[in-house]
Amino acid sequence: MLSRREDFRDILEERRTSSDLSHALKSFTRVSSRASPPCSVSTLNKTVLESQHLHYIMQEVSKDTGEPLEAIREEAAGILEEMSQNLQLGYIRFLGFILSKVFKRLFRKINVNEEGLQRLQQAMQESPVVLMPNHRSYVDFLVLSYLLFTYDLSIPVIAAGIPLMGMQLIGEILRRSGAFFIRRSIGTDKLYWAVLSEYVKTILRKDFAPVEFYVEGLRSRTLKSLPPKLGMMHMVLEPFFKGEVYDISLVPISISYDRVVEESLLAYEILGVPKPKETTMGLLKARKVMDEDYGNMHVCFGHPLSVRDLAKGKVNRKQYNLIPRDLPMKPSESIHAFANTTAHLVLRLQQDNMVLSPWSLMATILMQNLGGINLKLLTKQTVWLKWLVLDFGALVDWPVQVADSEVMSSGLSLHHSVVRCEGDQVLLAEQKPQRGAAPEEAVFRRAVAVLMCASYRNQALHVLASPAMLSVALSLAAASSRADIYNLYAFLREMFYNEFIFIPDRTGQDFEEACSLLQKCGTVQIINQNIMVTDKGLSVTSFLTAAVEPFIDAYQVIFRYICSRSVQEFTEKQFISGIRTFTLNLILTGEVKSYDVLSSETQKNALASLVRLNALTKKKREEQTYFSPNKAAIGRTADILGKKNSKIMCRLGRNSSCCVTEAPVMPVEQDSPAPITFIS
Amino acid sequence: MMGRGTAVGSRSGMASDRSGYGRQRAARQRLEVISGHLGRQEASGACEGRQADDVHRNAVPRRRQDVLKWNGWGFRDSKFLFNKKGLAELTGKRYQLSGTLMPGLKDWFEGTFGANLQHRSPAVPALNPSVVPPPNLHAAFVEALKEATIPCTHEPEDRVFHSHGHCLHEIFALREGKIGRVPDLVVWPGCHADVVRIVELACQHNVCLIPYGGGTSVSSALQCPLEESRCIISVDTSQMNRILWIDEKNLTAHVEAGIIGQDLERLLREHGYCTGHEPDSMEFSSLGGWVATRASGMKKNVYGNIEDLVVHIKMVTPCGVMEKSCQGPRISAGPDIHHFILGSEGTLGVVTEVTLKIRPFPEYRKYGSVVFPSFEQGVSCLREVAKQRCAPASIRLMDNAQFHFGHALRPQTSMFMSFLDGLKKFYITKFKGFDPQRLCVATLLFEGDQNHVLNQEQQVYDIAAQFGGLAAGEDNGQRGYLLTFIIAYLRDLGMEYYVIGESFETSVPWDRVLDLCRNVKERIERECKDRGVQFPPLSTCRVTQIYDAGACVYFYFAFNYRGLSDPMRLYEQVEHSAREEILASGGSLSHHHGVGKLRKQWMQETISKVGLGMLRSVKEHLDPQNIFGNRNLL
Repeated sequence: MLSRREDFRDILEERRTSSDLSHALKSFTRVSSRASPPCSVSTLNKTVLESQHLHYIMQEVSKDTGEPLEAIREEAAGILEEMSQNLQLGYIRFLGFILSKVFKRLFRKINVNEEGLQRLQQAMQESPVVLMPNHRSYVDFLVLSYLLFTYDLSIPVIAAGIPLMGMQLIGEILRRSGAFFIRRSIGTDKLYWAVLSEYVKTILRKDFAPVEFYVEGLRSRTLKSLPPKLGMMHMVLEPFFKGEVYDISLVPISISYDRVVEESLLAYEILGVPKPKETTMGLLKARKVMDEDYGNMHVCFGHPLSVRDLAKGKVNRKQYNLIPRDLPMKPSESIHAFANTTAHLVLRLQQDNMVLSPWSLMATILMQNLGGINLKLLTKQTVWLKWLVLDFGALVDWPVQVADSEVMSSGLSLHHSVVRCEGDQVLLAEQKPQRGAAPEEAVFRRAVAVLMCASYRNQALHVLASPAMLSVALSLAAASSRADIYNLYAFLREMFYNEFIFIPDRTGQDFEEACSLLQKCGTVQIINQNIMVTDKGLSVTSFLTAAVEPFIDAYQVIFRYICSRSVQEFTEKQFISGIRTFTLNLILTGEVKSYDVLSSETQKNALASLVRLNALTKKKREEQTYFSPNKAAIGRTADILGKKNSKIMCRLGRNSSCCVTEAPVMPVEQDSPAPITFIS
Repeated sequence: MMGRGTAVGSRSGMASDRSGYGRQRAARQRLEVISGHLGRQEASGACEGRQADDVHRNAVPRRRQDVLKWNGWGFRDSKFLFNKKGLAELTGKRYQLSGTLMPGLKDWFEGTFGANLQHRSPAVPALNPSVVPPPNLHAAFVEALKEATIPCTHEPEDRVFHSHGHCLHEIFALREGKIGRVPDLVVWPGCHADVVRIVELACQHNVCLIPYGGGTSVSSALQCPLEESRCIISVDTSQMNRILWIDEKNLTAHVEAGIIGQDLERLLREHGYCTGHEPDSMEFSSLGGWVATRASGMKKNVYGNIEDLVVHIKMVTPCGVMEKSCQGPRISAGPDIHHFILGSEGTLGVVTEVTLKIRPFPEYRKYGSVVFPSFEQGVSCLREVAKQRCAPASIRLMDNAQFHFGHALRPQTSMFMSFLDGLKKFYITKFKGFDPQRLCVATLLFEGDQNHVLNQEQQVYDIAAQFGGLAAGEDNGQRGYLLTFIIAYLRDLGMEYYVIGESFETSVPWDRVLDLCRNVKERIERECKDRGVQFPPLSTCRVTQIYDAGACVYFYFAFNYRGLSDPMRLYEQVEHSAREEILASGGSLSHHHGVGKLRKQWMQETISKVGLGMLRSVKEHLDPQNIFGNRNLL
């Protein structure tokens, strides 16, 4: 059931009824009416190597290193060779055939919004296109090419991490399916940057193919959006700024999974157990994942964004007029801000089109009931949450004409790896530690279970984040004055900037939106310049507060750790191992309940926030980055956040006595029939 | 500006140029120096120049409306029309194309604009004098003028004629019979002394002067400022049109600034000389106007632009007369004061006399053309020609749309010729594989002594071949240049059928030429679409001049406005966007059209606040009363 309508069509349906081979061999006509005829891969690479920009850089590098230009040129050619894709339709067909088989085995449905594909087709005819999907699974990697092939649209070239290339055979197949490979840590390698950016820009300038890249940079282990990486963003925007193309379309694409194929690895990875290296053997061994059921996948193509429209009034393209356009140049502040805002906007739009599964709503409830919850209550609260997120504008894949209880049990059984039922209690599926293992081992196992569940909560978190920040602000505020609440909201937004992805410079707008969402569902009243939680709204605000509480708690622990006496100056590595020990102790003593604090993602986000808030200073020494804390500032931050604990507690206490009205009220254990009453 | 007919007037007869050189040499002997009796009059007495209209000498008379259209381009006897069979023809006898039938134009016109010959948008038939606001005359000033015996008038027709240039919005308004603020008085000084007197009187009586040369401005420069409450006097320089002397030792000529291009060239030619300055408007535009707008001529590669041609300028300002003391070919004595005058657009004074470089009339002239598979390759070729500095007198590259346009203007030909054309077409598109929807054409004009021309020709064609260019014959080249001078007449034709159009230009560094062309054309198309223009507009460009470091690009933009409520506003919005796009793509505000009032808003960002301040302080110093109150530029 989707209240914001987006019509999806299951593309596997046809695959299940007709031949995969004829699908793979179908006639394919690339839809592109743009003027110049397509060029070959070798012409493309030649253009890159002969470009003026690369020439400048090679001269610079040669001067810096003292190596002859010829050697540098060869190095550049080597980099390009390593990087370059070699897109061939034949391989796409081959892959299409394989993927048809794989997808049918893994998924019940692959739902696609065809209208989005039509918009994409239109965009492709008008300007070079950049496909910007979110990245939650390795499966993302080729699903778009598969879809575009199916729908006769230009096959994209895809920015991939170099480890994929290392896989025997697979690397080459991917390369011929359009993947180009980027080293993980480029750092300050000038030549590498130059080859890469020239490569990407040439593809766009020549409109060789759509460029696909993950603006998050990495696969998100938390299933939450990651703060954007701007390197590629700059590269794809620049041809527009410099007038080399009329416009560029950015297409946010949201890929949502009922169940993520690599779910069992995620928790380990965020707990710091390194992910297995990508190898072909590893892939073959992973065959057993093929026997599992991963439910539905949704691919939602968003509205193409015209960079030209976005940049109107924000970027003055004349800034390039006085310098040769090929000359290497640091992006100006306005350009940088624009790239940053645009990347955040794309992430936000990705989030808006994510399709929430009933399961991720369940996981959100479960996370607030880690000790287990009665199935009936879970059902009620999940249904309640469904209405809330629909009110907040989310897309939810809730089957129509199916009893809620059935939806629930289907979700629970699909996720048997995360939850189990004991009688009518729903509990996290936790592996029992081996006998005689250290108590830390138990915490670790518990953490794996909780964080796995948390990942699925995270799939829905973006819908709740901004209203939740408002709810927390409401609970922290001493009075109900709008200005106070706004300030707190803005503070929290800054604090959790990387955690929940907010668009820069939109605090005011986001605040208004959050207010109107809560107002719409009767949670708050806005009278004069005061914002007040209504009696019946309390259950909503406390639910929302509780949804983000693990993060608040985690940050508090991190602040406490940094402020502790032993900590002076540290590297990220030192910090992560230090905080781990510190937290482990706190969990063992029962002082801390949040497991999110064990997540290396949360830890890094907190660091980044402190740097943003100038409570940490970053220094570079001998190729190492050191952080030195301003403990007073961190202490103050912790105080503001901390004030909340007592209050939230007392409100939660009151929670149980609130009555049901027309506003969505969280069903609670008393489980009384819900009489609809109207306020007179 | 929108086409300025290259003067292939019947009398200048450029097509027959190759033969006449020897005869001219004799004439040159005969007319050593006209200077003697012509150059002597001083600022004191009456003007010799103030004589009855010499119709034999001047292509354009004092009462311009007798010969020129009051609400369109060019001569009254020359206009395009579709005859009963739907064949286009140019009436009159003035032009090479006059009287020939162009069978392809109707289809092109209807196909390109979605226009229909059944749907007409005719102009009001004649000027209704009663809609012209009564003149706001300054009695004492008029009296003083009469005393000085300088001819003037406040006839409505003359005043209306002097109230506009040839911007689309100006002509569109006239066609609709809408008359706005017009000058209150038109005055015809006959010589430098007359101008000195007029300016003195204007200062004395605090009236506003607007210099008027050929009236071919396309920057709203001649429009009377609405906020001007003083009496506005249009100073028409057309009667100051003599060559005062020719200096054959130094190859210079001293000429009154009101002379129009075709007369100047014709008169010089009688002595075996030319200036070689041929802006597209040269049939009508004046020497003073060229100086005031920093004009550029088609053949600048051989002769230079106006700033290269000028040796000496005399200008009357409210502060007095400004000129240099000698004719040294280059002077290092502070910033060149000529450059305050060049491009001043009538805001500082009236240019009265100019000493220009002249050249012997060229012995040999040859047209040529090259077809390229794509515009990109054409631009690369032009860039290489510029690099090797072997540019012919003129080299222009038309894009594909203009190629088709040019094709539509081909005259009716015999069976044999069209068979031959068919063969050529077959060769280029089928045998050579050029895509008819992508190919483009460069037109060439070589001028000079025969050997030099032939060598240069070879070099250019060799370069063209490197970029996939195929020589496409002299005829195609010549026809390409015809397009230039008749296009303004064609605009009037379009306006009869709900099609309006305009042109604008810019200059841009080489590396941005292609990007700028693509972006501006696309911007025009998208803006039109977004604003509800039903049929896609004609949005086309050509590279018309090349320089060491860049090129001049010229755009045409036209669309069918039938069914649109306010076509002029829409047009202005699109043109504004196009200019924004030009500036954002690294192009200049203008290459040679100037700023006027149309592009004033971009002056500060173009020359910086400080630069603007410098210009303002010059204006302040020379003209504190704002006598030259056309409010252009600043």
